[in-house]
Amino acid sequence: MLSIRYEAPRSIAEAIHLLASDPGAHVLAGGTDLLVQFRAGAKQPSAFIDVKRIPDLVGISLDTNGLRLGAATPAAAICEHAELGRLWPGLVEAVHLIGSAQIQGRGSVGGNLCNASPAADTTSALIADRAECVIAGPGGERVVPAERFCTGPGTTILRRDELLVAVVLPRPPARTADAYFRLIPRSEMDIAVAGAGASVTLDASGTCTAARVAVGAVAPTALLVDAAGQALIGTRLDEATLSLAAAAASAAARPISDKRGTAAYRRHVVGVLAKRAIVSAAARARER
Amino acid sequence: MRIQVETTLNGEPTTFLCEAHHSLLDVLRNGLGLTGTKEGCSTGDCGACSVLMDGRLVPACLVLAPEAQDRTVITIEGIATSEALHPLQQKFLEHAALQCGVCTPGFIVAAKALLDANPNPSETETRYWLAGNLCRCTGYDKIVRAVLDAAAEMSSGKAAAR
Ligand SMILES: Cc1cc2nc3c(=O)[nH]c(=O)nc-3n(C[C@H](O)[C@H](O)[C@H](O)COP(=O)(O)OP(=O)(O)OC[C@H]3O[C@@H](n4cnc5c(N)ncnc54)[C@H](O)[C@@H]3O)c2cc1C
Ligand code: FES
Ligand code: FES
Repeated sequence: MLSIRYEAPRSIAEAIHLLASDPGAHVLAGGTDLLVQFRAGAKQPSAFIDVKRIPDLVGISLDTNGLRLGAATPAAAICEHAELGRLWPGLVEAVHLIGSAQIQGRGSVGGNLCNASPAADTTSALIADRAECVIAGPGGERVVPAERFCTGPGTTILRRDELLVAVVLPRPPARTADAYFRLIPRSEMDIAVAGAGASVTLDASGTCTAARVAVGAVAPTALLVDAAGQALIGTRLDEATLSLAAAAASAAARPISDKRGTAAYRRHVVGVLAKRAIVSAAARARER
Repeated sequence: MRIQVETTLNGEPTTFLCEAHHSLLDVLRNGLGLTGTKEGCSTGDCGACSVLMDGRLVPACLVLAPEAQDRTVITIEGIATSEALHPLQQKFLEHAALQCGVCTPGFIVAAKALLDANPNPSETETRYWLAGNLCRCTGYDKIVRAVLDAAAEMSSGKAAAR
């Protein structure tokens, strides 16, 4: 007989107290990873701490500084938000790739990050967009860049009694846009063989002044590829430059071979995806 | 530990008892006898368990039953009125968009969520929206035709009523 508890705290402080007082407690957001793992016997929580009734954890707020996404906001709410798709089309594309309409009714960006799958679709998009993770714990709040949040497959920098509260993104400057591409063998409902996100800023003459490229599913965590971003800065994103950035993305990859693809294939394809993401982000940036 | 949950189910205030780890799907089918919502996989892959919670399409297998507290839940049993089938249900019959029928409630609930948000979806939008609903027997074409036909009828009905 299982004796698992269900708690629905109304405040961050209450949630942290519940986590701190029970080492077996697990945070429940949409449950699209946690409940699948629980039913498979891979996780045995002593309590589900449902954080969706904490106002700070659900909701989208957008102001002149940027975006604050409550960690447990369902993906569907992000996809429905007209302004987000205009400002961060790449991030919204990544969110829209998570599972099906049903999964998007539950799954959250916070859960995608905290589950720490190397193939999590939103993580590379968030890294490219300079997202920061707002974490609350008994000692107060700390803020960590998205590229430092995951530490390995299934592990993050969160301590047991900490909670991811929100993800914050700076508002994109003029002529800045993002894009995210992944490769899956089917057209829907599959897990990335490789993924790449890019954010590109152009000046009025079309020269790149800032760029970030991040890759997923090709290393134990999603990676920020500094060399790929650097290769773009000061150029007009000509073919030779794009090839350099693609090569940098491939070089940063440390993939494994599994049923989804061999290491060599992943290394190649992540370069192709990085290039496509850069080209798409730049095309969007030109229109702004 | 038994938990008492108060919710609104298909418009009716409903109280049920459950364990913390029970899914909403378990409670609907085994506790409340609402067996219209089907279990195909219990891992979020098949859509057979689709319900609406506070108007949002969700897989009932990946919702914990206690989460339904103070929410409104609509299942396939709440789609028709006492007088008539919902146009989606009618069109599934007319187009023979089912064989064994196990996937049908999930498709109809998912399609209702689509038409509530987007009364005139394109075929592509419809196919992508229903990508999380699996059917092992009918093939998807008749299902998609039924949904598009229901959408057309519902919007022409509204036009006529105006
Ligand atoms: C059918 C199906 C298809 C899927 N397809 C994709 C896909 O295409 N791409 C993809 O990237 N993922 C996919 N997923 C995985 C999953 O849907 C996503 O990772 C989703 O974003 C998880 O969010 P959630 O809110 O459901 O997380 P949950 O399952 O609630 O939580 C995931 C983990 O994070 C922890 N956690 C959650 N929120 C917090 C928080 N605020 N603070 C601290 N810890 C927290 C939980 O304790 C748990 O360990 C799929 C899943 C299913 C079932
Ligand atoms: S039973 Fe819930 S998605 Fe298959
Ligand atoms: S009619 Fe049998 S699964 Fe769809």
